[in-house]
Amino acid sequence: MSEPILQIRDFNVLFETHDHEVHAVKNLNFDIGEGECVGIVGESGSGKSQLFLGALGLLTSNGRATGSVKYRGKELLGLPQRALNKVRGSKITMIFQDPLTALTPHMTIGAQMMEALRTHQHVPHAEAHKRCLEILDLVRMPEAQNRMGQYPHELSGGMRQRIMIAMATVCGPDLLIADEPTTALDVTVQAQILEIMRDLKKELKTAIVLISHDMGVIAGMADKVQVMRLGEVVESGSTDKVFYAPEHDYTKALLDAMPRIDRPMRAGHAILQPLSTIGAEQRLLDVEDLKVYFPIKTGGFLVSRTKPLRAVDGVSFSLRQGETLGIVGESGCGKSTLARAVMKLIDKTDGAVVWCGRDLGDLQGPQVRALRKEFQIVFQDPLASLDPRMTIGQSIAEPLVSLHPEMSRAEVQDEVRAMMKRVGLEPGWINRYPHEFSGGQNQRVGIARAMILKPKLIVCDEAVSALDVSIQSQIVDLILNLQAEFGMSMIFISHDLSVVRQVAHRVMVLYLGRIVELADRNSIYEDPRHPYTRALIAAVPVPDPKAERGKNHTSGLGELPSPLDSRAQLSFLKSRMIDNPDAEQYRPKLMEIAPGHYVAEHDPA
Amino acid sequence: MWPYAIRRVLGAVPTLFIIIALTFFMMHIAPGGPFDAQRHLPPEIEHNVRAAYNLDKPVWEQFALYLGNLLHGDLGPSYKNHDFTVTQLIAVGLPVSARLGFSAIILAIVLGISLGTIAALNQNKATDYGVMGLAMIGITIPTFVTAPVLALIFGIYGLHFFGYDFFLPAGGWNGGALANMILPVTVLALPQIAIISRLVRGSMVEVLRSNYVRTARAKGLPNHIVIFRHALRAALLPVVSYLGPAIAGLLTGSLIVETIFGIPGIGRYFVEGAINRDYTLVMGVVICYAAFVILLNLVADILYALLDPRVRFA
Amino acid sequence: MSAPGVTDRNTITIERAFDIEGRSLWTDARRRLVKNKAALTSIIVLSIIALMAIAVPFVWPYGYADIDYGNIACAPDWWPGVDVTCRAGGYHIFGMDQNGRDLFIRVLYGARVSLAVGVVATLVSLLIGVTYGAVAGFVGGRLDELMMRFVDVLYSLPFIFFVIILMVVFNQNFFLLFVAIGAVEWLTMARIVRGQTLSIKQKEFIEAARAAGVGTFANIRHHVIPNVLGPVVVYVTLTIPTVILAESFLSFLGLGVQDPLTSWGVLIADGKDHMETAPWMLIFPALFMAVTLFCFNFIGDGLRDALDPKDR
Repeated sequence: MSEPILQIRDFNVLFETHDHEVHAVKNLNFDIGEGECVGIVGESGSGKSQLFLGALGLLTSNGRATGSVKYRGKELLGLPQRALNKVRGSKITMIFQDPLTALTPHMTIGAQMMEALRTHQHVPHAEAHKRCLEILDLVRMPEAQNRMGQYPHELSGGMRQRIMIAMATVCGPDLLIADEPTTALDVTVQAQILEIMRDLKKELKTAIVLISHDMGVIAGMADKVQVMRLGEVVESGSTDKVFYAPEHDYTKALLDAMPRIDRPMRAGHAILQPLSTIGAEQRLLDVEDLKVYFPIKTGGFLVSRTKPLRAVDGVSFSLRQGETLGIVGESGCGKSTLARAVMKLIDKTDGAVVWCGRDLGDLQGPQVRALRKEFQIVFQDPLASLDPRMTIGQSIAEPLVSLHPEMSRAEVQDEVRAMMKRVGLEPGWINRYPHEFSGGQNQRVGIARAMILKPKLIVCDEAVSALDVSIQSQIVDLILNLQAEFGMSMIFISHDLSVVRQVAHRVMVLYLGRIVELADRNSIYEDPRHPYTRALIAAVPVPDPKAERGKNHTSGLGELPSPLDSRAQLSFLKSRMIDNPDAEQYRPKLMEIAPGHYVAEHDPA
Repeated sequence: MWPYAIRRVLGAVPTLFIIIALTFFMMHIAPGGPFDAQRHLPPEIEHNVRAAYNLDKPVWEQFALYLGNLLHGDLGPSYKNHDFTVTQLIAVGLPVSARLGFSAIILAIVLGISLGTIAALNQNKATDYGVMGLAMIGITIPTFVTAPVLALIFGIYGLHFFGYDFFLPAGGWNGGALANMILPVTVLALPQIAIISRLVRGSMVEVLRSNYVRTARAKGLPNHIVIFRHALRAALLPVVSYLGPAIAGLLTGSLIVETIFGIPGIGRYFVEGAINRDYTLVMGVVICYAAFVILLNLVADILYALLDPRVRFA
Repeated sequence: MSAPGVTDRNTITIERAFDIEGRSLWTDARRRLVKNKAALTSIIVLSIIALMAIAVPFVWPYGYADIDYGNIACAPDWWPGVDVTCRAGGYHIFGMDQNGRDLFIRVLYGARVSLAVGVVATLVSLLIGVTYGAVAGFVGGRLDELMMRFVDVLYSLPFIFFVIILMVVFNQNFFLLFVAIGAVEWLTMARIVRGQTLSIKQKEFIEAARAAGVGTFANIRHHVIPNVLGPVVVYVTLTIPTVILAESFLSFLGLGVQDPLTSWGVLIADGKDHMETAPWMLIFPALFMAVTLFCFNFIGDGLRDALDPKDR
């Protein structure tokens, strides 16, 4: 057993805030060995990021770190800036969660990369340039030569994260700390980034610390795992041991709460009610060839041209009473736009939405408002969707007050309290404000507000994506229980296939505004036909180390093309593509390959 | 970038037109005329004088005539200073005011940015409070107080130390000699220094907390590179946005400074012209200033685009 | 036990007794503001000045226009220095001005005028600016473009020139002074309100309110305006000093309030003419004005920190 390269002993991180002192990391002890990959798992508030920010002297001005952090025997804590800078960036490097804000916006990629190299290794300009290009190849950056002169905002999220990884490895570090490196990325891009990191670890023998809340990501990458909660390590051990034989209750709870794409029905949790056959013929919602286009100004010389952004490009589906349709896709696929167009929160460009036999396109102002009694929506960010100046009671009551003006204040209050209880909130909290609650509690408020009118259809727009795993699990249970009790239909939108599989009867996969596959929840996972669906499913990490190690996650899927480029839709049907970004292209048709299982035309693999 | 610049310049023409129109009509609608204060003339002579200056025609026609002349570069004769045309007066006064103004803005930018950065780097320590305190004073004391006070201290009382007597001229332009320029430029620049330093401090504090500065530090870059290469440029953006209002502030300030220090710039012409109802002079000055402000706003916008590549491609 | 779905009245009544009072954002802000010593001191000082300006003239033995020919330009009794030509007796704690009027009462009257102009002109600009900005921001689209284009045009006018022209043209009507200055300041207010409205408009809770069936006007009234209020309040406290300065500038040029009525601007303008022989004429009004402006600025900064704590 070689000397550990990083030794952390009695490590504490404290923050001074307006109100009181926060003890973010409590008496931490652990080691990292050469070439090891350590996974750190924890939810928000666990201190997992602060641990390493503190070790490297990157805390904000109101934070301080105490204890001992030794890099190859040398104490890092308390080192003067100049000495610390020799270690930071060259021997121990760190990459962060949000690649857009983590790169300096006014410097070119090349400048930022070379500056790291030249500061630490005093390499002349020409050679530095060459080394950077080599590293860009290593991280599989397409068109590396051009990228050097570009600015961060010109690149996509995946490319920016590759740049971050490149900058962090260009000096050949001993230890790379990756703080939630893929959390802000689409799942297929995440798979690519993780593979790059795995390859780098093999080739450069760098030790990696992978911090994540996603246990699937950790399962596939880490040799050792530390589980953190509220600043302390509650469990540590080899990956196999932590995943297959967890000892601490919290670890067990986390593993239990994590949605797994291969196990949709979880023991001890609410399960999806099978669709009853009575009344199941009644189609509540019929969407026919819905199109939503946004005009985008692209620069011309003196007058700008407008190109249509085809956010939703001809989507048709139907929904029955009590049924949940899951809509899955990566960023920019149009799933949120679709839901809002169906609910008439935004205007459609073409197509028809028929609700209980009525065409919604004909409705005017007050009729649209009356419609709100039948559809409601739960938003992604629980805090942002509540007016900070209103009490949660007022927020929940708002739909009642606007749409049932005949109800007295006392009646409204009663309804609100009853609903609060139903969603798991104390009725006594009715006069409190959103900022006094956690994300999970605020999301319950959002759900209460959506349910208070007992609507027939609820749209959940990434309703659980912003929540911690354990809270996510509770909210999913709540939603399933409410559906069992009230029998409403749901459209559940998410980029997370594991969650969608738990919650939906049928699943629809969207790619750049069009459906590529639509099937019931089992067929879509057991028998995916479209290459995009296959790529999505293959990319999802499962919290099962043995399964993860055996899997090939990436499937040659490149970067998501620009939705303004009309050739984008034919990425999977290249045989019919006209090579002109502005031309009207052939639209791949949706074909029914089995009863209820629809797949868009595509080139055979 | 050029299409953007051209579009902005073209867009500025209607603005200029509106300014000219507004000023013209405001002056003419006002009761009283340029010749009221003078000795009473016999009616026929007065009639002829008015005709000579086109004052007997309806306001619309006067405006059209004015515009016509304007396009020829003729700003008309000054109603009060009968020996000069407005163009001549402006030609004399403008360079003076321009020198004053430019010196002040450069001083304000250099000092403002430096002080603001120093304050931000020492956030919440004594230096920070000191600099911000001074800035507060600079903002709240009006120019027409600092001007005479400084004139008194340096011009009349003077500084006496180590046996040397140090005086600065308390007034007069003297062809723009350095000694004469020091006091007016300082007084003019003071409020802007204060505002800019506060702006830079606030912006710098925020930038220093940003994610990309954290990345730069994580890369092990030395502190001065983090600050000057990564942080400063982003922190300066609000200053560039402020340049437009800063110029406006300087214009206002120049009225006072020129009056108190007796500097023959066009600011003084404006005040006198307004009080004396010298229409053409007022118009001339307003047009000058407006064109100047518009031009400078354009320069500021271009500068902003240069500093922030995200805007350049919009 | 009541049937499921029907709420039990008795249970509700008992439960109501245990309702917890929430901590609204305004309560939080007020608490933070009070902790800010500079802001707190400023509020106290400002209140004292305002009270003095309102109450003292009723009990003071001298009026602001009373001339005492025997005591022209005399120093207060306590003024240090030997070569002072005369000392005013009695209650002339600030001395006399060049016309033999008590400076203290004139400073207080100046306070009345300056503060009044500051507050009224700011209110004028507030009313115009908030309405204009909120409508432009909320309605958006072409109307917004048009309205903001108009503001941009006006913004590039060296506006103070127009104020001067206006004042000259309409012969220094006191009422017009308020309007003129207010008319200059509304532009920035409109821009700020519009910016805030735009950013609020994009927030999810506005969309959530629409989904809940709230109409456009109700949305603006209940959601947009309360949330826009914060930055507006901060800006208002920072506009008042700007207005006071603008008024003093006009007075300096002789275009402000007319004699014998006075404002700090007039007093300072007069004071600077007698700077060498009667420095108290400049010092006291300048001091009062500076202190008042400081207070407004500290309160404004304090409010900004209190309402959005991460801005420090």
